[in-house]
Amino acid sequence: MKFGVLRLPGSCDDVDALQAARRVADAELIWHADRDLRGADAIVVPGGFSYGDYLRAGAIARFAPAMESVIAFACDGGLVLGICNGFQVLCEARLLPGALLPNSDLRFTFRQVELEVIAPSAPFTGACPRGERLSIPAKHSWGRYYADQPTLDELDDAGQIVLRYAPGENFNGSLRDIAGVRNAAGNVFGMMPHPEHAVDQLIGGSSDGLCIFQSMRLAVEEGLVGA
Amino acid sequence: MPDSATLPGMQDALALGLTSAEYELICEHQDGPPNLLELAMYSLLWSEHCAYKHSKKLLRTLPTDGPHVVLGPGENAGAVDVGSGLVCAFKVESHNHPSAVEPFQGAATGVGGILRDIFAIGARPIAVLDSLRFGEPSSAGRARYLLDGAVSGIGHYGNSIGVPTVGGEVYFEAPYEHNPLVNAMALGLASRERLVRSAAAGPGNAVILFGAATGRDGIGGASVLASAELGGAGDGEDGAGGDHDKRPTVQVGDPFEEKKLLECSLELLDRGLLVSLQDLGAAGLTSSAAEMASKGAVGIDIDVASVPLREPGMAPFEIMISESQERMLCIAEPAQVPAVHAVCAKWEVLSAVIGTVTERSRLRVFEGERLLGDMAVGALVDDCPLYDLAPAKPARPLYPAPARALDAHASLRETLLALIASPNIASRRPLFERYDAIVQSRTVRRPEQADAAVLALADGGALAVSIDGNGRRVAADPYRGTIEAALECAANLACVGAEPLGATNNLNFGNPEKPHVAWQLSESVRGLGEACRALQAPIVGGNVSLYNETPAGPIYPTPVIGMVGRLPDARRAGRLGFARAGDRIALAGPFAPALPASELAKLHGEPLPDGLPAAELQAVCSAQALVREAVRDGLLASAHDIAEGGLAVALAECCLAGGVGAEVVLEDSLGQAAPLEALFGEGPGGFVVSGGADALDALAARARARVALISIGVVGGDSLTIEMAGERVTAALSELDEAHRALEALS
Repeated sequence: MKFGVLRLPGSCDDVDALQAARRVADAELIWHADRDLRGADAIVVPGGFSYGDYLRAGAIARFAPAMESVIAFACDGGLVLGICNGFQVLCEARLLPGALLPNSDLRFTFRQVELEVIAPSAPFTGACPRGERLSIPAKHSWGRYYADQPTLDELDDAGQIVLRYAPGENFNGSLRDIAGVRNAAGNVFGMMPHPEHAVDQLIGGSSDGLCIFQSMRLAVEEGLVGA
Repeated sequence: MPDSATLPGMQDALALGLTSAEYELICEHQDGPPNLLELAMYSLLWSEHCAYKHSKKLLRTLPTDGPHVVLGPGENAGAVDVGSGLVCAFKVESHNHPSAVEPFQGAATGVGGILRDIFAIGARPIAVLDSLRFGEPSSAGRARYLLDGAVSGIGHYGNSIGVPTVGGEVYFEAPYEHNPLVNAMALGLASRERLVRSAAAGPGNAVILFGAATGRDGIGGASVLASAELGGAGDGEDGAGGDHDKRPTVQVGDPFEEKKLLECSLELLDRGLLVSLQDLGAAGLTSSAAEMASKGAVGIDIDVASVPLREPGMAPFEIMISESQERMLCIAEPAQVPAVHAVCAKWEVLSAVIGTVTERSRLRVFEGERLLGDMAVGALVDDCPLYDLAPAKPARPLYPAPARALDAHASLRETLLALIASPNIASRRPLFERYDAIVQSRTVRRPEQADAAVLALADGGALAVSIDGNGRRVAADPYRGTIEAALECAANLACVGAEPLGATNNLNFGNPEKPHVAWQLSESVRGLGEACRALQAPIVGGNVSLYNETPAGPIYPTPVIGMVGRLPDARRAGRLGFARAGDRIALAGPFAPALPASELAKLHGEPLPDGLPAAELQAVCSAQALVREAVRDGLLASAHDIAEGGLAVALAECCLAGGVGAEVVLEDSLGQAAPLEALFGEGPGGFVVSGGADALDALAARARARVALISIGVVGGDSLTIEMAGERVTAALSELDEAHRALEALS
């Protein structure tokens, strides 16, 4: 099992995601200008400020050559995780519904947040402990999840809302406390908090984010998904 | 557009900030009057900012060598050995005057500049800390405007470039009202053999400029902004004060460009393509080229026509002194030039060969074939006159008493809550939450978890870093106040179990040509040298920011000290919060609380005292060693040094950080002092530590006869209670927490 972690110009959490993925499987970086995904079984679009967040967070990155391959990989059923800026990129690429707007207080905020796993199932949360909250840090200025009401209802009904901020933890004003959503097919998932920054008790006091990467490995190994 | 056919004269030199004697000296060096380009270049390199002409003699008295020092002052950043073949490069720098004019960009480019200093020596930046000073947040709104802009700017740059901001400090005092301080420190890691120097070498080698295109931003920033007093309060409804017309000299930062530049620079070095590397900061190409040539005892020819420009029609002198951000200058052998261009192209970074290294030590500027300027490198870099200060202790107090904020008859409980809520003590959470403190996955201790930030190293050890400098106490006693600032840094390191490896300093002072400021500066540097020698923390680099004054007077003298240490086991990094109900609490160290110059004295509106009590340096060092060793051995559940607000505030901070209360009884041993003094008095050397009963017994055995240690209480409950001399102070955790959130109202 191998993760491919995209390196876009302006990616900041690419090495963090690479190291986190390596705790559960093989992983390597994929250069934005390459179309070759190097045989990866799952793709992580990491956090950061791709292309300086100019124009709009994620808006330019979706046109990167590597993203063309990621879009094709996703359309073939390949597993794609977008974290923070990666979530924004996947929304801009229309791989995920909705959009991320500036936080309601218009400020960058870094905070450890508690998350509720709404859909504890493969492929992204199958290995997460049932009924327990995840303590994972979030850090962004464009993290307010938005979609129109019919879309939100659809997401709710279809079980596409995977993670919610626990009561009192939604600092960015996300609608319906949404912290992470998946696509209808279930193979593309985006979340604003950073699971790759919660993989080691020593660094940050929580390893709750590891279960996201473990879930993805299990899903690939059990043949639940694949491109 | 200036006409280079007519030579400028004395009046132009004076307008550029030179003295008449300096102008005459330049004429001597040039064998006649310099032309406009030459004069512009001299005026910048001979500015205080570049030449340190009022501080260099003092700085030479500082200790700069030690067993861990790999690079001392003079390079882009200093560096210390941190084991396992790695070095830590670090430096603090100021961007005070740009931030007074335009706080967001001023602070952002301050971070950009200090990061370039780190990767210019081949180190990957791993952390930023900030040290900020503003006027009282209750004042007309200007301090809040500056605070908000500076914090946003620092966050914008650090967050976007992927370097965590792991710590810092901020003080609010009236003398900073119109001259805020924005100092930023950065740390980087490099393998020892990968360090690169900035000395140009090899006549015939190519001089390559890479990074952003050169524009008109920041023209003359080093002399006009950094080396003159600010114009003053102004009419400032827009918050810009009277320095509106200086705004074009503030540079604009682009962290995305710098992120590419950083990765590009490190890859160029990884591939061994460069002879040397230097960042472009104050005075742009002029200072970078002159310094590289000076260090390598060679010359450089530059062709301004080869410099990629952001806008047409720039005059040669503008190209030479532009302070456009996100640019680097490197020297490469001719055979490597195509490979250098290829790496730059990969990272989408502009690169251009703009000159050649020459044998004769001349800096020559060409436009195509036409020679525009020709100066001796030594004259530019080394021959600026150094001035002796004329220090004189002021006969009268320099600073008015602060405005009274608390009734002197307030109860002990009211006093505690007022201190916890005061701007200099209240929780910094609303500020540090705007910084990414965790990117790069090294941050073992974030802000408010411990007295120092802790960053894990691959070998299982960790780096610790702290930045400190209480200007009010330095104003009361520049010599002892500066010693206290250095001790405070080392105390913070001790609380996480780290021993100092080295330090960096930024001396923020007023106009050194005035005798009272000269006295502050020389006394402060004397204290810094003495403290750093005692702490075995040599100064490996730093910066001087003078002329921080407005018509209202000078700022508090503010030496900001950043200290880096190492601890052997990251898993045992100390914490500041009480951990378990039932743990014992002890007061360790030669703590002699006194009220003059304390936070409480400030709240009471008392004037600054003339002098502080002397610190017992060796006793304080012994106490730090005791705490450091105990933390390293895993004996303690918490360790916190006593600083602003004294013992009671330190106890409250331990309770708040741990989310648990404490019962404390102060016996007469501390209590020969009046309760107010014992609870809220300040002074160096005190620590609040906690741990199990056995652990504290073991600590007491270690301390015996060497370090004062008294048991003062027990952790537990949901309130802090302190009893002494028949008085009893109690506050619920919820009340302390609410008071501690006072800064939230500002954001």
